Amino acid sequence: MKQRISLTFFFALAAVLAITSVSAEEGGGHPEIARQKWVFSGFTGQFDKAQLQRGFQVYKDVCSACHGLKHLAFRNLVQPGGPEFPVDAVKELAKTWPNQITDGPNDEGKMFERPPLLSDPIRGPYHNDQEARAAQNGALPPDLSLMARARNVERNPSWWIHPFLMLGDIAHAYQEGGADYIYGLMTGYSEPPADFKLTDGKFYNHVFPGHQISMPPPLSDGVVAYQDGTPSTVDNYAKDVVAFLSWSADPSLDTRKRIGWQVILYLIVTTGLLYLGKKRIWAGIKH
Amino acid sequence: MGGRSSDYVPTTRWGKWLDERLPIGRVVKNQFIDYPTPRNLNYLWTFGGILTLILVGQIATGVVLAMHYQPSATGAFDSIEHIRRDVNYGWMLRNFHSVGASMFFFAVFIHIFRGIYYGSYKAPREVLWILGVLIMLLMMATAFMGYTLPWGQMSFWGVTVITNLFSALDTIYNGLGTTIVEWLWGGYAVSGVTLNRFFSLHYLLPFILTGVVVLHIWALHVVGQNNPTGLDLKESSDCVPMHPYATSKDAVGICAFLLLYAWFVFFVPDYLGHADNYVEANPLVTPPHIVPEWYFLPFYAILRAFTSSFLGIPLGQYAKLCGVIAMFSAVVVIAFAPWLDTSRIRSAKYRPIFKWFFWFFVFTCVSLGYLGSKPAEGVYVIASQIFTVCYFLFFLAAMPIIGLIETPRRLPRSITESVLGEGGGGLPSGAAAAPEVR
Repeated sequence: MKQRISLTFFFALAAVLAITSVSAEEGGGHPEIARQKWVFSGFTGQFDKAQLQRGFQVYKDVCSACHGLKHLAFRNLVQPGGPEFPVDAVKELAKTWPNQITDGPNDEGKMFERPPLLSDPIRGPYHNDQEARAAQNGALPPDLSLMARARNVERNPSWWIHPFLMLGDIAHAYQEGGADYIYGLMTGYSEPPADFKLTDGKFYNHVFPGHQISMPPPLSDGVVAYQDGTPSTVDNYAKDVVAFLSWSADPSLDTRKRIGWQVILYLIVTTGLLYLGKKRIWAGIKH
Repeated sequence: MGGRSSDYVPTTRWGKWLDERLPIGRVVKNQFIDYPTPRNLNYLWTFGGILTLILVGQIATGVVLAMHYQPSATGAFDSIEHIRRDVNYGWMLRNFHSVGASMFFFAVFIHIFRGIYYGSYKAPREVLWILGVLIMLLMMATAFMGYTLPWGQMSFWGVTVITNLFSALDTIYNGLGTTIVEWLWGGYAVSGVTLNRFFSLHYLLPFILTGVVVLHIWALHVVGQNNPTGLDLKESSDCVPMHPYATSKDAVGICAFLLLYAWFVFFVPDYLGHADNYVEANPLVTPPHIVPEWYFLPFYAILRAFTSSFLGIPLGQYAKLCGVIAMFSAVVVIAFAPWLDTSRIRSAKYRPIFKWFFWFFVFTCVSLGYLGSKPAEGVYVIASQIFTVCYFLFFLAAMPIIGLIETPRRLPRSITESVLGEGGGGLPSGAAAAPEVR
């Protein structure tokens, strides 16, 4: 009984601390990157095929002008759990992809350029970093295939709230920090505040560390023509391309969670059975 | 080895033949079936089995991962992606291995805290305890080298920072530290050469670790298990045979632990890692915050607590050296616990003062872990310094002094009495030898 009272007290205290901390945090100075709702988030979320297809379209029409997806091959666009485009369409897409593959040497010892095959990576327009920097005024457009995992949203709660937030994130299976960051970045462009000194050729983005980014605002309403009737807004573009990049960074997400539930259910049942067995074995023995 | 005298009788001719040449069946029967275990063990005692299982799992997944991994500066990062994307169930193997390292440390920390709480380090278990500390050291070396293998930004800069620690020895003898660091790196900077040797050692150390684990279990079976009362086994009613009693309980503990493990593997595989490690290593770009894996954070906080001054004491050029010495001492001091603790009572259950200090020690370790994840500036540094002092005071002051001044609670006469109450009489363990009521 005593134990239960102290437990109740503990949780009540934790709740009070949590509430006060959240309200204290809202007054904080640094830019908060809001958590978005993603269909693939949490412990049950799965990718939406149509959204991945739209996201790829945004990548193809906008991002691919500067950024590559080197860890992704054209064949991945066909595989289950992804955008699942028809094979023939992807073959056609590869054939007409503007960025060719350097192959060779051929019989004459010469390197040559050829259109990508299904097994080739989705290359960006530049052959190497130097070429990219030369074309981009010194800035390097990073490869995007792992971007959704290579970024995270840092949160700086008060120390006593830290453990509860951590446990909350683990229990909710929150893994979408990278997605939230990219969405924030896509929609985070604005005019700089009056007292902000912007370097020439840079753009103000309140999400980007240091707020000065070399990439011009990539999205504007109507820049990509969706085929499926989804409204052509920046918000939709950003959400869709983030979903696509999240898949590109973690193509096994659907399978992972599906197998995960089978494993968890199996282990719950097995733990239960083992516990009953143990109780039976120990039945005659006080311990 | 200890325990009851052997009553192993081979039932087959082949069994008899083998028993006279290699009595492996006899050892298994005596040490893992009939072996007397205290009847009052709680679930904290299942962590030994959990740790053994994780070790085997890490080796098994590691061997397969090594088949698909390329230990080179140009190939390492891409080969991890190859494993995650192209190898059948490679993502699962990889998650099991990387999350497994975290689970290994999580379980070992609980195992050690249990040892401290119930006084498992005291005579006659000193050698068992020291072997345990050695195991933790080997685990740390293995995990540290393993974390370099993905060759991401955090891998690269983590190695750079930690190997650079040895350069602090330059303040003792000019050039000594630099020489050691260059020897570790195999060059003048962290490079693919470093990665190659770390991969080689990362594959080797787990087998040395396994050897020490065998010694750890051997020592355990000589002196016998401690238990929540900390009392020695005195009468046959104090214990039950390992099988089916301890084994059935271990099975529950292991399976429950696997639930936690699986949750991380399948639902939050990246949570314990760092996003920067999905960016390939780049010697020209330093990440804003270089943070080690969570299980090193308490030690990292102790290292960084030594800035140009420590709680007002100026350290000058020796700051780094002091930090390095303190960090390694933080592990080594644990090995001296058997001689630092002056109390003859093992279990904190009967030690009213020590109990509070134990929980404060746990709080100290967790706080150091939190501080290790924060930038080394302002109030975090002062807090790290205070908690570093608390950490060492627990071993160097609390353990010796409390033992001298504390009046322990009344101990039960035996384990049996603690379970059944005074005068309860013991159910003879003979009854326990055939427990299945079918």
